[in-house]
Amino acid sequence: MLKQTEGSKAVAEAIALCRPEVICAYPISPQTHIVEALGEMVKSGELTPCEFINVESEFAAMSVAIGSSAAGARSYTATASQGLLFMVEAVYNASGLGLPIVMTVANRAIGAPINIWNDHSDSLSQRDSGWMQLFAETNQEAVDLHIQAFRLAEELSMPIMVCMDGFILTHAFERVDIPSQEQVDAYLPPFDPRQVLDPKEPMSIGAMVGPEAFMEVKYLAHAKQMQALELIPQLSAEFKQTFGRDSGGLVRTYRAEDAETMIVAMGSVLGTIKDVVDDMREQGHKIGVLGIVSYRPFPLKEVRAALVNCKRFLVLEKSLAVGMGGIVATDVRMAVTGTGLKGYTAIAGLGGRTISKASLQNLFLQAEQEHLEPVTFVDLDWDAVNKQLERERLNRRSGPIAENILHDKGMLSAAKFG
Amino acid sequence: MSFQPVKFYQTGTFTVGNRLLAPDERSEQANPQRSNSINSGHRACQGCGEALGARYAIDAAMAESNGQLIAVNATGCLEVFSTPYPESSWQLPWIHSLFGNAPAVATGVAAAMKVKGRKEVRVVAQGGDGSTTDIGFGCLSGMFERNDDVLYICYDNQAYMNTGVQRSSATPPAARTATTMPVGPEPGNVFGQGKNLPEIAMAHGISYVATATVADLRDLEYKVRRAMGIRGARYIHLFVPCPLGWGTASHDTIRMARLAKESGMFPVFEAEHGEVTGVLKIRHKVAIEEYLKPQKRFAHLFGKHAHPEMVERLQAIADRNIRKYGLLDEGSN
Ligand SMILES: Cc1ncc(C[n+]2csc(CCOP(=O)(O)OP(=O)(O)O)c2C)c(N)n1
Ligand code: SF4
Ligand SMILES: [Mg+2]
Repeated sequence: MLKQTEGSKAVAEAIALCRPEVICAYPISPQTHIVEALGEMVKSGELTPCEFINVESEFAAMSVAIGSSAAGARSYTATASQGLLFMVEAVYNASGLGLPIVMTVANRAIGAPINIWNDHSDSLSQRDSGWMQLFAETNQEAVDLHIQAFRLAEELSMPIMVCMDGFILTHAFERVDIPSQEQVDAYLPPFDPRQVLDPKEPMSIGAMVGPEAFMEVKYLAHAKQMQALELIPQLSAEFKQTFGRDSGGLVRTYRAEDAETMIVAMGSVLGTIKDVVDDMREQGHKIGVLGIVSYRPFPLKEVRAALVNCKRFLVLEKSLAVGMGGIVATDVRMAVTGTGLKGYTAIAGLGGRTISKASLQNLFLQAEQEHLEPVTFVDLDWDAVNKQLERERLNRRSGPIAENILHDKGMLSAAKFG
Repeated sequence: MSFQPVKFYQTGTFTVGNRLLAPDERSEQANPQRSNSINSGHRACQGCGEALGARYAIDAAMAESNGQLIAVNATGCLEVFSTPYPESSWQLPWIHSLFGNAPAVATGVAAAMKVKGRKEVRVVAQGGDGSTTDIGFGCLSGMFERNDDVLYICYDNQAYMNTGVQRSSATPPAARTATTMPVGPEPGNVFGQGKNLPEIAMAHGISYVATATVADLRDLEYKVRRAMGIRGARYIHLFVPCPLGWGTASHDTIRMARLAKESGMFPVFEAEHGEVTGVLKIRHKVAIEEYLKPQKRFAHLFGKHAHPEMVERLQAIADRNIRKYGLLDEGSN
């Protein structure tokens, strides 16, 4: 059913349609609206049978989900940013144990400095945690990916994060098609666990494992993700059959046929990028887009196939590998190894910094002319940065960085007004 | 009151043979059909109080739940010695996740059982004192506060044993551990404020809290069975001497537990909804020295460079327990 609704509300409805049996909730922006809506559905009896547990931390949220999943219940939670970091030990544990938990990550920056706005640093920090990660471009896709996520997680017995941009998607009102219960039931069978805690068949889960078997266990986690590379396109095709729309898959291209310059990105920024590409296409530029839906597993083959015919590519990412450059860009470069393609990295939108069409167009034109540095920081305020660097050169006790920058910026605007 | 006064003492040692008891009063360990939840072949040290306590506690819980029990274990000695891959001593469904999350994992298991309508399946969570009083404290408090249907058993051996005997917040003052060495003017662990977990559990108002020691295994069994008869969050704090960590003889585990109780150092009681409802009285009161002296972790308090003032402070702690919990009968020694 088509309706005008908030992204979080739409996702909550999609989760409810997936018949979760245990939901663990802990508040952190911008994820809160999702679990709030689910809590209301459970309390009112609309979503039943389901246990909604208000836990005391994200570490507990993931731990409760570990227990409920190991006991055979379809388990869900949602988090972001500091919350994801707070649960990290349990995040790795869930994948190590092979528990198919589904978690929404409402992507948000990581502090310090504390910042509630969107970028991809949080889930990307869990790149190697053994969780799959799918990135939604729109709220419709967020809804659809959650439904596919339960299928994927449970078929492989591995956990998965569905990542959606905090605020930009979670708090945006737009038209979303919410499927019917019959459709979801037809697509998603009940959870049939591979391992379950049950007195009928006692087993030990989580035993101590030494060097004799540890590598095999870890390799199998990798093998599962390699299987996911096959399964994700199948599930997406099947989804289209049941629900009548394209959603998910490993990657998606846009106006890429004869593109000489390709822009690679993940999440909602793809919308802005496509707008800019449309404008540039009209002006005759041969430019296209590659959107990565599946960040883990990373579809090396598909990324390579999508880029191999262009002349250069630019990875625009909302994350920063401090001391190195791009996080996504590293993987993309790995995908095109040996092609000799020119690759650029652009770091943009950290901590919710606006990514404007004008800035993108400017960036893409420079990429097209191959005038870019290997790593570009889009719309970075160099004055503020240099001022702080100068302060540090002059003064040993230069003070807290973020506060200095804010102070400088305040002075600047005061100067403008004064 | 948990202690069953049995009148026909055979030996004057307060022990009584199972044969003299009615079948329903006998230890679960006397039942040839017992579940043997933690089977032979595990790798605990000789005389490990934790292994003994777990055996009695989990077999009693299995008996009370008709074998419908799932156990969640925190990281620690009990977990490590019971499940070296590919062997497991556990004869019941058992999961180990992390050091600090056993109460939350147990909440999840209980939620799954509830949602699936399997009311008969019960959940027990267990961990060491480090796991319980320190790193898993937040999760434990959350589980209590929500009154989740979990029995949590803390095996208190008063230090982080699995990592080589470091101090936890359950380590007693003056005790030597690898991180509280017997050096300097106040050797051993500091005299802090303490962290009385049974009382903290009681402050949550949960329906049942009890302490026990491996010196009174029948009392332990009784308390586990009692706890299993109740729904919601329950807590048992079990005192389990550790020969390796304490520097005691492996044949002295039960004696050490008895001396801890008889000196007043470890009060044995049960409480309902935050109120103490029964205590195990001290039978033969002993001075604190008698408890401290056999333990190498307190050796620096005695001998050439003795610290009688520290022994006195420990005695004061025991005396306070005796007063507070009424551990001595009027007029007894
Ligand atoms: C997060 C984390 N920190 C530290 C450890 C290391 N560690 C494992 S067991 C243990 C000690 C356990 O002490 P306790 O809970 O008292 O149980 P015991 O071994 O004494 O029975 C420690 C510190 C760990 N496994 N995980
Ligand atoms: S170190 Fe202590 S607690 Fe650990 S197995 Fe040995 S005796 Fe038991
Ligand atoms: Mg311990």
